[in-house]
Amino acid sequence: MADLTTDFLGIKSPNPFWLASAPPTDKEYNVRRAFEAGWGGVVWKTLGAEGPPVVNVNGPRYGVIYGKDRTVLGINNIELITDRPLEVNLEEMARVKADYPDHALIASIMVPCEEEAWKAILPRVEETNADGIELNFGCPHGMAERGMGSAVGQVPEYIEMVTRWCKKYYDRPVIVKLTPNITDVRKPALAAKNGGADAVSLINTINSITSVDLDAMSPQPMIDGKGTHGGYCGPAVKPIAMNMVAEIARDPQTHGLPISGIGGVTTWRDAAEFMALGCGNVQVCTAAMTYGFKIVQEMKSGLSQWMDEKGYRSTSDFVGMAVPNVTDWQYLNLNYVTKARIDQDSCISCGRCYAACEDTSHQAIAMSDDRTFTVIDEECVACNLCVDVCPVEDCITMVELQPGAIDPRTGKEVQKEYANWTTHPNNPGAVAAE
Amino acid sequence: MTSPSTPGIVPGRLPADAIAENFDDLHAPLAPHEVQVAADRCYFCYDAPCVTACPTEIDIPLFIRQIATGTSEAAARTIFNQNILGGMCARVCPTETLCEEACVRELAEGKPVEIGRLQRHATDMLMARQGHPFTRAAPTGKRVAVVGAGPAGLSCAHRLAMKGHDVVLYDAKSKPGGLNEYGIAAYKSTDDFAAREAEWLMGIGGITYEGGMALGADLTIDALSESFDAVFLGVGLGGVNALGVAGDDKDGVRDAVDFIADLRQAKDLTTLPVGRNVVVIGGGMTAVDAAVQAKLLGAQNVTIAYRRTRTRMGASRYEQDLAASHGVQLLFDVQPVAVHGNGAAVEVELEYTVDHGKGLEGTGETIRIPADQVFRAIGQSLTLDGGLEMDGRKIRVTDAGRTSHAKVWAGGDCTSGEDLTVVAVAEGRDAAEDIHKVLMG
Ligand SMILES: Cc1cc2nc3c(=O)[nH]c(=O)nc-3n(C[C@H](O)[C@H](O)[C@H](O)COP(=O)(O)OP(=O)(O)OC[C@H]3O[C@@H](n4cnc5c(N)ncnc54)[C@H](O)[C@@H]3O)c2cc1C
Ligand SMILES: Cc1cc2nc3c(=O)[nH]c(=O)nc-3n(C[C@H](O)[C@H](O)[C@H](O)COP(=O)(O)O)c2cc1C
Ligand code: SF4
Repeated sequence: MADLTTDFLGIKSPNPFWLASAPPTDKEYNVRRAFEAGWGGVVWKTLGAEGPPVVNVNGPRYGVIYGKDRTVLGINNIELITDRPLEVNLEEMARVKADYPDHALIASIMVPCEEEAWKAILPRVEETNADGIELNFGCPHGMAERGMGSAVGQVPEYIEMVTRWCKKYYDRPVIVKLTPNITDVRKPALAAKNGGADAVSLINTINSITSVDLDAMSPQPMIDGKGTHGGYCGPAVKPIAMNMVAEIARDPQTHGLPISGIGGVTTWRDAAEFMALGCGNVQVCTAAMTYGFKIVQEMKSGLSQWMDEKGYRSTSDFVGMAVPNVTDWQYLNLNYVTKARIDQDSCISCGRCYAACEDTSHQAIAMSDDRTFTVIDEECVACNLCVDVCPVEDCITMVELQPGAIDPRTGKEVQKEYANWTTHPNNPGAVAAE
Repeated sequence: MTSPSTPGIVPGRLPADAIAENFDDLHAPLAPHEVQVAADRCYFCYDAPCVTACPTEIDIPLFIRQIATGTSEAAARTIFNQNILGGMCARVCPTETLCEEACVRELAEGKPVEIGRLQRHATDMLMARQGHPFTRAAPTGKRVAVVGAGPAGLSCAHRLAMKGHDVVLYDAKSKPGGLNEYGIAAYKSTDDFAAREAEWLMGIGGITYEGGMALGADLTIDALSESFDAVFLGVGLGGVNALGVAGDDKDGVRDAVDFIADLRQAKDLTTLPVGRNVVVIGGGMTAVDAAVQAKLLGAQNVTIAYRRTRTRMGASRYEQDLAASHGVQLLFDVQPVAVHGNGAAVEVELEYTVDHGKGLEGTGETIRIPADQVFRAIGQSLTLDGGLEMDGRKIRVTDAGRTSHAKVWAGGDCTSGEDLTVVAVAEGRDAAEDIHKVLMG
């Protein structure tokens, strides 16, 4: 059996599955149960400064997007950071850490952008014996209006400055949690690195309005007739999160900076994908909120089975393996030619591929009177849309044309050599291939 | 040419290809696309009712999620952790009265998640892809005798071997498997699955099978408890209740379980004789299995005669419908009073019954139906008498199978509780855990 133990920034945990800072990690009761259920670590629900805690709305705080059969695809929330006193949280963290020395416990912090505020809280966090801290520069609602959360995360100079304070007043690892509500995630990541951060974690939630109540004419969740934008998370945000992770992992300036991957991790496979893109571990919120703590059992058994099948002995064996294969569009091989193929035995004749291709693509699928669907190679540009909309797994596949074969669409022979846009004759800026 | 209407008890009523088709898998394995769709329907319920409804408490939501995420071997391991005969149970469990009845989607839509078929998918996958998935703990030096190699005995032996004990598994029959091998309907256990599963199960090592060893003849409880550290009895129910009516001994009258055992062991089903007019007396799973299989062999008319009302029938509504869909006639509220015929059975005489709350009474009104073959399926009984305390007609046990003898445990059909494969597996497993606890102090 593969060894799932992970070492992230010197912080050991029994597996790479941590619960992200959010309601699942809100208090001692939750965290103890989470560890018992098998989670490797937690990032405690974000702490605020000493004094009266923030207050949450008392109406609904979530909006939701469903797939078929009410599968939860995305959740949006208007919850703030912890609404419990700092003192209580710190005491609980210390107790839990003492009882679970082998599990990771990270304190998430969000205090005003003033050196004094950080200087005040950090020693107190250190006393809990937490394994590290995560700076919440991401929360997109409620806190940003007060000059915290994503208001800091959107200004690289602030990130660098605050990170520096933390490194100054705190000895253990500092993780900077990034907001996706920016244009280029590499800038805040670099700022964190320059400030001395040990790692970045991403993503926090995405600004969103999930739905509008058409009777009340108000965004949802609706509080007494009004709504506000919230933060979006869950499976729907995973592609956005993974792109941001990959951008940081492959940029020469931030390459090698440890990353904790967050955003829509729901199964072992999601986790493996984030890790292949360079994340040393992953954090999970929505999946636990949708299915309960037990969901981690599938993540662990699945990752372990896959690692065994692939011959990976520890998670570090495959972390970052996909990073070299993330490239820019202009370097993709234009001599790689594929065609869609429909397996008639598994085809159920729904015609969705036909609708997609005929109406919105390249008119490359033929339909007979008896509802047999076949690909017209002369027209197929290999866009893959038919594969995506087909309800049957592996019914339509993309088949590679071998070098020497004639592509019936272009009438040209498929070339063996790699050739990309930078050298293509149609490119006005092309440089001749050596 | 022999046909369904040929009089008497004769073989070859149907051509070989029809027989082959009739005895194929009752439920074909799910195709990959079906697996995905079926698995996606599970809600991953909290403290799921299906788990509570499973006598072996398999973590059903977890294994289905493992299937849904493309790790069927992990799913199989989740199943086998709780139920080492998960493959057979996937085929034979009356899921409609167990896990699938409890499924919240049965409540919501009348269509439960197909738990049984998903379980079959996962277990088949693991059994086909790799050898035995468990390893034994360090040897304990303890030896345990397990008598009876049915589901209870196999499950007990496996758990004991896994804990590091050495097991000798005795059975009166030459082949292991118990009713998995000799009793379960052929279309539920195709391709010699019972034998393959028993062999795979013993792949854990540490289990020595000794066939042809009968308790009462070759073995005694006293001798076994002398030479072993503990003894587990999983001898099932060997005897069959008699009809106790006139003509019970005529030719053509026999025990349904014997007919089924012959059928299960037949190399070529076209050589197995079956009547033209078959009457099965009883109302349980055995009655349904005998009736349906008689029909599948080509009997022209098959009738199940049950003495109480439909709702009291041991066979589930699903099993009843299965029988009806194969053309078996179901008669309720009738009890046999005589088998008529000159040497061989020709007719069964049945009397109508009523139950006014003071027990079943005959009304005096009778009917006669043609019957050249009559199967008794009115229940089996325990034949063992080893000086153990009894609970009615079964061995008395407390907790996890402890009998009145300090070194002897028992489980499965020979103890009280529902007579189901999955119950036998659970009891065998739990007894093994208890034996382990006692032996290791
Ligand atoms: C026809 C029929 C169909 C059934 N169909 C289903 C079904 O579809 N689903 C379901 O869940 N259940 C079904 N059952 C019930 C199920 O088969 C039993 O509950 C289950 O097999 C009990 O397991 P067991 O190990 O206790 O006993 P058994 O399976 O009866 O095994 C007992 C073993 O002990 C051996 N033995 C007996 N006496 C001695 C002795 N003196 N010395 C040594 N060995 C001995 C026997 O040879 C046998 O191998 C069916 C039963 C019958 C009869
Ligand atoms: C209700 C809710 C509250 C959250 N609160 C916090 C928080 O206090 N601090 C924080 O850093 N992130 C917070 N998050 C963001 C999550 O930690 C996580 O980054 C995000 O949900 C994406 O992961 P997911 O797709 O697995 O849910 C919250 C998310 C939700 C749904
Ligand atoms: S989950 Fe439901 S019951 Fe629980 S606090 Fe929220 S609204 Fe109330």
